[in-house]
Amino acid sequence: MAAFTPPPLPSDDKRWKIVAGTMRKNGFARHALIETLHTVQSSFGYLDDDAIRFVARSLRIPLSQAYGVVTFYHYFSLKPPGKHTITLCAGTACYIKGTDKLIASAEKHLAVKSGQTTKDGQVSLMTARCVGACSRAPVMICDGEIGGEVTDEQMIAQLERWAVE
Amino acid sequence: MTIEELEQIATSVQQENAKYDYEVNVCMDLACASQGAGLLRDALVKIAEASGKKVLVRKTGCMGPCSSGPLVRVDPDETLYGKVKAENAGAIINSLGDQPVAELQCDLNEHFEKQVRVVLENAGHIDPEKIDEYISRDGYKALLTALTEMTPNGVVHRITESGLRGRGGGGYPSGLKWGTVAKASGDLKYVVCNGDEGDPGAFMDRSVMEGDPHRVIEGMAIAAYAVGASKGFIYVRAEYPVAVSRLTTALREARRRGLLGSGICNTTFNFDIEIRLGAGAFVCGEETALLASIEGRRGTPKPRPPYPAVSGLWGKPTLINNVETYANIAPIVRNGGKWFYNMGSERSKGTKVFALTGRIKNTGLIEVPLGIKLWEIIDVIGGGVPGGHKLKAIQTGGPSGGCIPANMMGLGVSYDALMAAGSIMGSGGMIVMDDTSCMVNVARFFVEFCMTESCGKCIPCRAGTAQMYTLLTRFCEGTGTMDDLELLIELCDTVKETSLCGLGQTAPNPVLSTLKYFKNEYLEHIVHKRCPAGVCNMAGVTAAEPATVEVLA
Repeated sequence: MAAFTPPPLPSDDKRWKIVAGTMRKNGFARHALIETLHTVQSSFGYLDDDAIRFVARSLRIPLSQAYGVVTFYHYFSLKPPGKHTITLCAGTACYIKGTDKLIASAEKHLAVKSGQTTKDGQVSLMTARCVGACSRAPVMICDGEIGGEVTDEQMIAQLERWAVE
Repeated sequence: MTIEELEQIATSVQQENAKYDYEVNVCMDLACASQGAGLLRDALVKIAEASGKKVLVRKTGCMGPCSSGPLVRVDPDETLYGKVKAENAGAIINSLGDQPVAELQCDLNEHFEKQVRVVLENAGHIDPEKIDEYISRDGYKALLTALTEMTPNGVVHRITESGLRGRGGGGYPSGLKWGTVAKASGDLKYVVCNGDEGDPGAFMDRSVMEGDPHRVIEGMAIAAYAVGASKGFIYVRAEYPVAVSRLTTALREARRRGLLGSGICNTTFNFDIEIRLGAGAFVCGEETALLASIEGRRGTPKPRPPYPAVSGLWGKPTLINNVETYANIAPIVRNGGKWFYNMGSERSKGTKVFALTGRIKNTGLIEVPLGIKLWEIIDVIGGGVPGGHKLKAIQTGGPSGGCIPANMMGLGVSYDALMAAGSIMGSGGMIVMDDTSCMVNVARFFVEFCMTESCGKCIPCRAGTAQMYTLLTRFCEGTGTMDDLELLIELCDTVKETSLCGLGQTAPNPVLSTLKYFKNEYLEHIVHKRCPAGVCNMAGVTAAEPATVEVLA
């Protein structure tokens, strides 16, 4: 079998080298697809068409299959995230303790649906399927910072702090 | 690495610890960390250094009663402090050698009295990022004993003898599964650890992976020796970044100590483990879907047989067990199968870790011998329902489980008893609901979960859960009829009987169990257009359709 030459990096952006590194570490094996997509998302924040195309070609996977994997898993996002992200946990324990009201209140305050980013690109509102901090329900995660026993006032105060930045 | 070397490490750790008069353990698990345990630890370290006392401040995994966090335990007195703030650090360090700080002490004796710690024996006692601390508490002794003194068959036999059943929820006898993989032909076999804890409301596996990662690795290595595998994968949810980093550290340390790699303990046994990240798909908790995901594909399940034990990862024989199952292996090998067999109830042996959450006073992680009565968990360990509310139901098994009503609290917790009650053991989430929860709404919540998490491969699950959701939404909005209820019951039956994998087959459970025990709530919603718990908003419906009410009533 002729030696496989991976396609050139899409641009000079250094982050592509990290992505290529993940694939090389796995010997450009097809099973490295999800690992590689994780690297793309952690480096770029989301997966765009160019990224999926590049990964699919490098791993010799049909584009349809790569796209199928990207859309199958909730963790992968096709849209760039806002400057800040608030994630409200919608697991059972949080639900029992009133997360649905928090989500409704945040949707109203930001004028977006969950899963969307505000027009000014400032805040993304996300929901999670349990982050495993159930004993502190309801839980919100603001830019990676986890907060428990959240009240509506606390959440709105946080959103307002981001808005005035 | 030999047993002698292992003992040397253990001794040197003990000697090192003996230099200190006091050990101050700070719980750094997610719940405590979210309440400032990090700042607290820094303050304790600083003040301890300044005090001149011989104090070791250690960061540990989950201690259990998360609702009292951040938690600090001072050894050797075993004084437990709760709700500790960074400004209390001085008081705690000053009290060492004197009376404990009374206002911070937690009185949780009842909470701990009924618990038996096997899986969680090290949680809260060791620094999860230090392999030597694990070794000092008999860590890796079981692996080396198995490698040097036991045959692979002997290990399988011991697991069979212990009566251990899969802790992921299915409850399949582990010894039987191990035996099948061991007997399967093929020179390449895999061992896989299912750490895709997708059940919302469950966090046992996260706490074990974060608080005692070596225990999982040791369990997997013993399993690999028993079944003849040389390669392992731990599949962890991407939502658990701390677990991933702890496991990565643990794997590196284990390789450095020669406990993973080639020629472990001067034998011919080779084994190494790789971590694979999930990407947020509940269905990947199903074993064939999980294997597809490890192979880099969409996580859709396959019909069984062939079972993964015969044809799994890349078509090779594969042993898949849950995190907690592997966490039980080392103690069983160390203490013998009989020791484990003597704990628990008739057909459910050993202990089980539960994540106790919802409307209960002491939320957190508990480990109890199987067969324990539900009321003991709720009233004694959990401290009852707070705020003067009345217990309504306990939900076990996540979206695949069901709700057990308050009048069945005499039930002993075992695989079979929970199954007979219309729920399942599941991976160990236990969510307590009081009179502020509407059971129709809860059923709708779980069906919505299964609907969005359905992988879409088979029609009963893909279309059935969507229709179930539509019907339940009608009830919640007050537009449902008795015909809808009949249709729902019929649909549940179809989805249960004809779905391809566990997700679809168990998706109707929350509906069926709430219908079984809380039918009056459904009838209230349908006939009287009112929600007894006041959760569902039916404004406008009551007035708009009085005629329907008459006819139906």
